[in-house]
Amino acid sequence: MTTLETSTTGAVVGAAGPRRSWRVVWIYGVLTAIALVVLVGFARPGVARFGLATGSDFVQLPEVVLPGLATGIVVALVAIACTVAAVLLRRRDRHQPLWLPVVFAVALVVGLLTWATTGAGQSVPLPGLLGGSLALAVPLIFGALGGVISERVGVVNVAIEGQLLAGAFTGAVVASLTRSLIVGLVAAMVAGMLVSFVLAAFAIKYLVDQVIVGVVLNVLVLGLTNFLYTLVLVPASATLNSPPQFSPIAIPVLSAIPVLGPVLFRQTVIVYLMYLGVVAVTIGLFRTKWGLRLRAVGEHPQAADTVGISVGGTRFWNVSLAGAIAGLGGAYLTLASVPSFTRDVTSGAGFIALAAVIFGQWNPVKATLAALLFGFASNLQNVLGIVGSPVPPDFLLMLPYVVTIFAVAGLVGQVRGPAAAGRPYIKG
Amino acid sequence: MTGEALPVAETGREPQGLEPGQDPQQQRPERPAEHGARRVLREILSGSALLSVLAVVVSLVIGAILIAVTNPAVIQASGYFFARPGDTVSAVLNAVGGAYGSLFRGGLIDFSAVGFWAGIQPLLRSLGFATPLIAAGLGIAIGFRAGLFNIGGQGQILIGGAVAGWIGFSLPLPGPLHLIAALVGGLLGGALWAAIPGVLKARTGAHEVIVTIMLNYIAFYLLDYFLNTPVLQAPGSNTPVSAPTAPDAVLPQLFGSPVNLGFPLVVLLVLAAAYLLDRSSLGFKLRAVGENASAARTAGIDVKRMTIAAMVISGVFVGFAGAYQVLGQTTSGFSTAFDAGIGFNAITVALLGRSKPWGVFWAGLLFGVFQNGGYTMQAANAVDLNVVSVVQSLIVLFIAAPPLVRAIFRLPAPKGARA
Repeated sequence: MTTLETSTTGAVVGAAGPRRSWRVVWIYGVLTAIALVVLVGFARPGVARFGLATGSDFVQLPEVVLPGLATGIVVALVAIACTVAAVLLRRRDRHQPLWLPVVFAVALVVGLLTWATTGAGQSVPLPGLLGGSLALAVPLIFGALGGVISERVGVVNVAIEGQLLAGAFTGAVVASLTRSLIVGLVAAMVAGMLVSFVLAAFAIKYLVDQVIVGVVLNVLVLGLTNFLYTLVLVPASATLNSPPQFSPIAIPVLSAIPVLGPVLFRQTVIVYLMYLGVVAVTIGLFRTKWGLRLRAVGEHPQAADTVGISVGGTRFWNVSLAGAIAGLGGAYLTLASVPSFTRDVTSGAGFIALAAVIFGQWNPVKATLAALLFGFASNLQNVLGIVGSPVPPDFLLMLPYVVTIFAVAGLVGQVRGPAAAGRPYIKG
Repeated sequence: MTGEALPVAETGREPQGLEPGQDPQQQRPERPAEHGARRVLREILSGSALLSVLAVVVSLVIGAILIAVTNPAVIQASGYFFARPGDTVSAVLNAVGGAYGSLFRGGLIDFSAVGFWAGIQPLLRSLGFATPLIAAGLGIAIGFRAGLFNIGGQGQILIGGAVAGWIGFSLPLPGPLHLIAALVGGLLGGALWAAIPGVLKARTGAHEVIVTIMLNYIAFYLLDYFLNTPVLQAPGSNTPVSAPTAPDAVLPQLFGSPVNLGFPLVVLLVLAAAYLLDRSSLGFKLRAVGENASAARTAGIDVKRMTIAAMVISGVFVGFAGAYQVLGQTTSGFSTAFDAGIGFNAITVALLGRSKPWGVFWAGLLFGVFQNGGYTMQAANAVDLNVVSVVQSLIVLFIAAPPLVRAIFRLPAPKGARA
């Protein structure tokens, strides 16, 4: 998509580009300066310890001990290198590759983790930290994939929260009743799809403002599930709200990779479905006829209509698909994480997924990375709480959201979404 | 130019940031002469007031179905439905009638109470619930009219309320001055928190939806931090709850009724919002930006300044809701939950009120009545309070789609409109 954007809107980028891109460089600079001051200037004496192995690992790795100040210096150097690279790329008018912000972010995260846990009593269990992050990110990623598809086809999807919640509720109830996880999973997809049907019907047929429908659907699904939970599920929780639970499946060779193996490849089926989903949506959107049509409808519905693509139909079915994908994310919450539904089990994950969609520039891979970042950030609290970091936890918890604002203001800024998103298409 | 242009805008269909279900080109066409009585009938049948009433009716019916199918007596009676269908019917009527009866009795008028004054106590209490919803709804509505979606009500309420609360229990100010200072502090707190997305949007184009969502979390953690430090934490306490608001700074009750000063103040806010949007030059510019930013820019309106102005004004109104919560509702010390979901409910209120000040007022009242009555219903009939939010969201959904309601009741479409 990035190539398509630059080629179709080359003139616009050329005119407004330099200032915008220099702002990206400024963000690198400011964050590097902050890292330098905090990590090196305010370095605390002592070491931070990271545990790399879980008890059942094939290869038992020793604990890694990072001295606070030295790590701070190394991270600051990496950050400076990234900033210099950004400056050079900008000078030569070259496109910023995706790995640059990723390396930058990882370096800063390592620095932050070390800084925050230097002098703490216990070691930080790294696989636990990463695994927990992935667990928190899975619903976000499914939600974000749904959001990307829906917005790419031209329907703003604020209802991700409702789709996740509907999926979580239905998945739990159906799986409890049928004692079948697969049926529960399918039911969750159907539930997400039903929410999408309402969104699509109101947005496409009745031309209601899509944001309104989305917001209202969230309230509706939340109220409905809370109501049914209190009056139906609680009195009969043994039959209606105790689904079986997906157990992790270890993938033979891959799961033996140190640190990352158990995190990524000792997971439930839903997580593997998520990997497939990210790949499929990425390839589908940018390499297939389906994706081309979908994007055409989202960017320029009139042109799509002219060449014979049914705008309403394409929107309707793709929004439904988006709902089904988000429903899977909901099922993860009630069939894999904890095998039961609780009141408002999503607790705002849909809104974070929405932020990931926009933060990820409506690109499935970038949105996934953004969702992972959010998952990591929310998990940081649990881990640092256990380890006993001397930094007030509230500020660490706040950090990802502050960084997101910085990133949205600086890195993403005026990058636009699909041109026709949010606009009903009236033929004629 | 705005002074002259305003009356023109007033005569036509009122331009609006977010008018659900209408496309902008759809102007009222010239009406051919029609028979008087028939025309009146048609206008009533196709008018938006009737549609709003019908939307409420349909939503209540769906709510009734939910109440009925989850009622234990109904479920039991339906077990032998074919043997004695009358039992099921009477069980349904009992369940629904009881629940909606309690909703009415708890939210509006209690006919069983002795005397007029005692009878309208529930309504007066509902006004207390409606007050912050109206204030925050106005804030969100002003954002909508300027083309901005402020999901950050929660954060603005938390910050505004925290500032108001801090002034309310820590500054040694005399009498009414204390209350005024706390209220103004609340408004400023809300304005400040809303200014951040406004400035970022104007300066960098950062999407206000993301920034306001993020600021909700930041406000929450910021408040949590301060509630765990002596800044806000009650002295000698180790739970994250603030000290109680000083009696000076509490909104006084009016004439010994459950209504406090907040309600008259919020009526003033409605008047202020109506003046701002419909009569002032600033409001005209805000609406122009909301209607079509490019056209507004061409007409010489500073779109960036208007974006910031809209968010700041929005934050002032939402900040009032925060101050009200701390100075009128939870005066015994607040925790991080004092926003009570108003930030999000206000979005529904603004949508139901179609982003017009008096519309928001009535929508807020309706939601206040629902909320207050819902508590009675939950206590008396064991019907979960959440059925209220289901009904509320359905109302908005149906009102947003006039063609759907027309289709349900087979009403004629207004002339010139599709569907």
